Amino acid sequence: MWLFNSSIGRKFVMSLTGLALVLFLTFHASMNIVLIISEAGYNWICEMLGANWYALVGTAGLAGLVLIHFIYAFWLTFQNRAARGNDRYEATAKVWGVDWASKNMLVLGITVVLFLCLHLFNFWFKMQFAELTGIMTSAFNPQDGAGIVKWTFSGVGPDGFDNSWIHPCYSVLYLVWFVALWFHLTHGIWSALQTIGWSNLIWFNRIKKIGFCWATLIVLMFAAVVFYYIGVYFGALIQ
Amino acid sequence: MDQNINIKVKVWRQAGPKAQGHFETYELQNIFQGASFLEMIDILNEKLISEHKDPIAFDHDCREGICGMCSLYVNGHPHGPDQAITTCQLHMRKFHDGETITIEPWRSRAFPVIKDLMVDRGAYDKIMQAGGFVSVNTGGVPDANAIAIPKPVADEAMDAASCIGCGACAAACKNGSAMLFVSAKVSQLALLPQGKIEAARRAKAMVAKMDELGFGNCTNTGACAAECPKSVSLANIARLNREFICAKLSD
Repeated sequence: MWLFNSSIGRKFVMSLTGLALVLFLTFHASMNIVLIISEAGYNWICEMLGANWYALVGTAGLAGLVLIHFIYAFWLTFQNRAARGNDRYEATAKVWGVDWASKNMLVLGITVVLFLCLHLFNFWFKMQFAELTGIMTSAFNPQDGAGIVKWTFSGVGPDGFDNSWIHPCYSVLYLVWFVALWFHLTHGIWSALQTIGWSNLIWFNRIKKIGFCWATLIVLMFAAVVFYYIGVYFGALIQ
Repeated sequence: MDQNINIKVKVWRQAGPKAQGHFETYELQNIFQGASFLEMIDILNEKLISEHKDPIAFDHDCREGICGMCSLYVNGHPHGPDQAITTCQLHMRKFHDGETITIEPWRSRAFPVIKDLMVDRGAYDKIMQAGGFVSVNTGGVPDANAIAIPKPVADEAMDAASCIGCGACAAACKNGSAMLFVSAKVSQLALLPQGKIEAARRAKAMVAKMDELGFGNCTNTGACAAECPKSVSLANIARLNREFICAKLSD
């Protein structure tokens, strides 16, 4: 099977899974923006997704995509290290036009996955998991997504304001996560399009710019929500 | 103005393919900056021979940047710190007085060291033998104008054909990938009507041989194109991906 035993086939799998995850991130970021506009609107989305069968199928699909992307990343990296050989160059120099992100995709990817674990604990565990199993994993209704997000980042909950340091701490951690994600995506999006062959002399620079803008837009949308709740935290702190 | 400079050269010395290699540093006085880099190594070798020492083995042939024989990883760059030239076109004016110049062989599992700075680049020949050609019947030569080819297409094919197969792409790549070379050799034919007939078979055969010989997987870092002495474009890699994926999907 060429998707396993040819170099371009393996890269093709990385591209397709990566692009599918980019589409998911685009949806997720768009959904998060609703939170700033209307909490009721956001909870409507949470309710619509919840633990319904299509949301569960989607979640399983996402887990599969992440897993395949992750396994292939390690596989490709080990093969590439072997291809490089045991002898390293004594002198190395910066090469013009080679992005830092492109040389550190595995490390950036691992960083993204580690923060993803924190994210799943913060939200998925208290929402879809709680709804599915019926176990109350937090003080919130599993479908009150807006309440959980607000509590996590601003400390403002139904019982008033909690000025614990943990809330701004989560905000900072999430912003670090977004920076790693931004670096990963600025190389990942155009590289995926290049790998599936959607490039030529004219489109080469275009897809690089499209990838950069798309990655920046996704990350800015995610970060906007965190900044919004940092504002809410400090607003509550002053009062 | 070009002047005479004193330099130190730190060179990789390795007696044979299985021998343990090491760096050795040599001092050279009064090297004219107008001399080429390979002339500097010639001067060093003359000196070594006069001292009854083993001269440094390195590949070179035409010394005008067209044969693809010279290699050398100079101060962290294949073909040295200048852009879009081969090592034989590199001049000593790129270096300054008192500088230590580090010279290493290509380092890639598919390019084993033969001796000192000489590596075996036969892997590229094997990839070419796997499909880098057009099959034609013997007989009368068809008129060159019989098949009309648009100028932009002909230009792009010629740009791909400028690849001299020196191996700088795989040497520069952190993944030891030969994709820029293979993509140039696939593109120079795939773009032209004469090459389209065997395009699918060619892409599959050349990529299969490339994988078999132990080259790495391309991750689009772009170091290959940045260091390529002939400025072969990364767009060729996209074309190879397209050719290969389409060929596999239509199997």
